[in-house]
Amino acid sequence: MGHLPHIASLEETGDRTMILNMGPQHPSTHGVLRLILEIDGENVVRMMPDIGYLHTGIEKTYEAKFYQQCVPLADRMDYLSPFSNELGFVLAGEKLLGIEAPERAQWIRVLMNELQRLESHLVWLGTHAIDIGAMSMLLYCFREREDILRLKEMLAGQRMFDSYFRIGGLAMEPPIGFFDRVKKFVDAFPARIDEYEDLLTGNPIWVGRTKGVGYLSAKDAIALGASGPTLRGSGVDWDLRRDMPYSGYEKFQFQVPVSKDGDVFARYTCRVAELRESTKIVQQALAGMPEGPIKADAPKVVLPDREKMKTQMEALIYHFKIITEGFTVAPGEVYVATESPRGELGFWMVSDGTPKPYRVHVRAPSFANLQTLSKMCEGRLIADVVAAIGSIDIVLGDVDR
Amino acid sequence: MPLAPAITDLEQLKEHPEVARLLAWRPEAVEGAKFDRGELAVILRRADIRDACAFLRDDHELNFNYFADLTCTDWYPQEPRFEVVYQLLSMSRKARLRLKVRLPGDEPRLDSITPVWPGANYFEREVFDLFGIRFEGHPYLRRIMMPENWEGHPLRKDYPVEGYR
Repeated sequence: MGHLPHIASLEETGDRTMILNMGPQHPSTHGVLRLILEIDGENVVRMMPDIGYLHTGIEKTYEAKFYQQCVPLADRMDYLSPFSNELGFVLAGEKLLGIEAPERAQWIRVLMNELQRLESHLVWLGTHAIDIGAMSMLLYCFREREDILRLKEMLAGQRMFDSYFRIGGLAMEPPIGFFDRVKKFVDAFPARIDEYEDLLTGNPIWVGRTKGVGYLSAKDAIALGASGPTLRGSGVDWDLRRDMPYSGYEKFQFQVPVSKDGDVFARYTCRVAELRESTKIVQQALAGMPEGPIKADAPKVVLPDREKMKTQMEALIYHFKIITEGFTVAPGEVYVATESPRGELGFWMVSDGTPKPYRVHVRAPSFANLQTLSKMCEGRLIADVVAAIGSIDIVLGDVDR
Repeated sequence: MPLAPAITDLEQLKEHPEVARLLAWRPEAVEGAKFDRGELAVILRRADIRDACAFLRDDHELNFNYFADLTCTDWYPQEPRFEVVYQLLSMSRKARLRLKVRLPGDEPRLDSITPVWPGANYFEREVFDLFGIRFEGHPYLRRIMMPENWEGHPLRKDYPVEGYR
């Protein structure tokens, strides 16, 4: 399979076609994405995305910070799914160090990760629907999202960028009453998913705008490095949570929705089904939450309890050293991949024995999924471009880092 | 739990099918291998990277059908300076493999693997943009993150973290 000719240069165009700039500032591009479209009337002949408008040099900044200082930085990459980024970073750090978070910490991580998946898919559904024209969906989805943001605020004090996971466990215990509120939310949530499906799945306008649009074959999806619902919507049954589990996911029962159709509607059904599956995982996590510590027993890496820090000398010294000097990590490198709501989020971390990472590279799922956009949109109408962008669920913070 | 020491001896690593098959295919291509923290990495000779990727993808026993990641680490001031790292995934075997190629600091060039996996396109552009490594055979090797007229390669170690602007 040769290279994709439509990602070649756009310098030569004929008299018939026109170059249209769907600029970085556009309500439907889900962030600062610039698309250069070569159009012939309403049809897109060639298309090339131009990214980099949100590049903030996060990978360079990681090299200048201590490992524990990197967690808030990791939050801000894929800003609609901060817990997934944190989980990836923290798992990579733990693998480098050779420590494992205790069971309770792993279960809470899974719970928060799945709540995060719900939140991210709600934003996806709301914005995707409003781009296509179903305006009320945005407000309904954001109404549920508000509940999840309040849960996160209760847990860690912040609505979006919690910085709650730490290398070795969690920052602090969830407050009393937190799990009851989560239970209340997830018990009421499946009825809401039914409402969304009522509004969209059987809707002839929705089906007309999304079925057959933005087709991506399974072979192309794998060759282009797509992952997540973009890959599963094309018929490839691959989910890292089930196939290469991490952080205790092997203890949970859930289905992985796959669709053979490969169009925008297929990806929509996959993600809506994932909403239901994530709700099931959260309910299982609540039902079986183990007791125990939330931080690993690694005094040189994990901050001690505040009470111990105030009364025991060794704890005070460890606390001081970790905060001011950081902890050293034996030289080596790891690649840890997790399943974020967008796909395979991988952290390639290289350490050289100092308290700061030598190199951190984030394999962003949206970066790879964006390559499929040209394949999906060629030969189709401009309006289908909008539907396709929504269906691959890109977040520019993830693409550009 | 303490970390197990890394294994770098090729003889011991031959029990991994990836190492064994690569050595059987073209032994001079493999410059070394390492198994550390549960992950296998193979260091390849620079000229063989494209053929090795095609072999790993098409081989029926190894089946590395998915290209996950391509990036680079700058080991300035050590020479060879750049280490280009490829992460591959075999969905049927649920196995990962890392390939590494070391490149010298001046005029670093490498064969592009876009003929093998078109999905490497953006990743190679990113490495070109941020490290300055030219990928030969890439269909559109231009800067992707930085503006078109930017000078310098920001992720290199001799580029300050605050930048120049």
